Amino acid sequence: MEIHVNWGMCEGNGVCAIEAPAVFDLDDDDNLIVLDETPPESQRKPLEAAIRACPKRALKIV
Amino acid sequence: MENIVVVGASLAGLSAVRELRAEGFSGSITVIGDEQIRPYDRPPLSKQIITGKLTASEISLESPDEELSAEWRLGVTATALDLAGKRVALDSGESLTFDGLVIATGARPRQMPGSKLRGVFTLRTLAEAEELRHTLTEGTPRVVIVGGGFIGAELAASCRSLGLEVSVIEAGPTPMGAVLGDVIGSGLAALHRNNGVNLLLGLGVEELIGETEVRGIRMLDGSTIEADIVVLAIGVVPSTDWLVGSGLKMDNGVVCDASCLAAPDVVAAGDVARWPNQLSGEFRRVEHWDNAIRQGEHAARRLLAGSDDEKILAYEPVPWVWSDQYDRKFQIVGSPAGHDEVRLVQGTEHDERFIALYRKDRHVSAVFGSNQTRKVLAYRKRIQDRLLWADALAELDQAPQPASV
Repeated sequence: MEIHVNWGMCEGNGVCAIEAPAVFDLDDDDNLIVLDETPPESQRKPLEAAIRACPKRALKIV
Repeated sequence: MENIVVVGASLAGLSAVRELRAEGFSGSITVIGDEQIRPYDRPPLSKQIITGKLTASEISLESPDEELSAEWRLGVTATALDLAGKRVALDSGESLTFDGLVIATGARPRQMPGSKLRGVFTLRTLAEAEELRHTLTEGTPRVVIVGGGFIGAELAASCRSLGLEVSVIEAGPTPMGAVLGDVIGSGLAALHRNNGVNLLLGLGVEELIGETEVRGIRMLDGSTIEADIVVLAIGVVPSTDWLVGSGLKMDNGVVCDASCLAAPDVVAAGDVARWPNQLSGEFRRVEHWDNAIRQGEHAARRLLAGSDDEKILAYEPVPWVWSDQYDRKFQIVGSPAGHDEVRLVQGTEHDERFIALYRKDRHVSAVFGSNQTRKVLAYRKRIQDRLLWADALAELDQAPQPASV
């Protein structure tokens, strides 16, 4: 499983970091950091929650 | 349950459909939407759609490969609900039977006398936003926005970026002061003014003036303000007209129990739903984008739970909302309305980056941040865990007895 971030869309709302903290975080300037670009299958549920909750629809699993 | 009808084809309704399928519901789903188009994202309407950075095709809420196996009945309006007969009547003359019903009809903008005049807009739908953009980009109209809440503020920012002269009329002493307090409100006021908005505070609107086209606004104090375009951004009312006489309880929205159930086999979600949040103790509607998703999902699970007590859960979220204005991203977690105290814990209301905590009784009830996403969001979970005010201040090294703000 690989996570794809559309960086042109991402506005750093940070919701994904709440839904899937093992995969996403924000740095001190509120920029999104992807901690794990190929997360394990166990992360699928939080990842799907992050994808749904992203206000910019900037995330997808590829 | 074999047949579920979802009334409302926007974010809450769509989220309910997605969750029904995710939970394995394999019966039929019919979605009723009064707009002609499939679900789209509304937050860009006041921003990127107005400024032209995004077009209609770019704000679809569904992904191309999504297969929800729902029947979409678009451009039709539900006109009545027969609870006993489990039927929804449509303006097309048909009626649909259901085993389960999701009410997600949202809300519509509040109007005022004169709002039918040409040149007067509200901003709720894509059609309205596209028409408003068209009008704003023809010539250089003088724009007056009534209401200094998030929609009014975002629209003012968009008008400024189009180079337009724009005034915002706000009845309160500061924008959003009634909810956020006047200290934060004065920071918002300064932000508008620094960006060239003519901000008129503490002024009540009497009526819109004009014969066929709007010419301006008459204020309660007798003065008038000239305008070529007036946008009403004075809040919304829940869309419950079609439920009058249905037997459902209505009181500023569809009244639900703590689990989002409005009647047996009937749930409500999104802007239209009013429910007791057992975490915050509030009995309110939440008009936020994020709530449309979460409550839509919760309501879907509640519907499928039926009378299985083990599966019936209370819906008790910590609300979250964001607003993009100029170079700022504001975020609020929790409910600042009705707070007992506001405390700036980082920066001041005039800084680009700041954080304010809100207290209600002994707890942190909300956090407001400007360009402080990470720190603000971290409070969401902590408010869920009933963070004590004293603990929050102690870890920030703040004295418990402040100069009051």
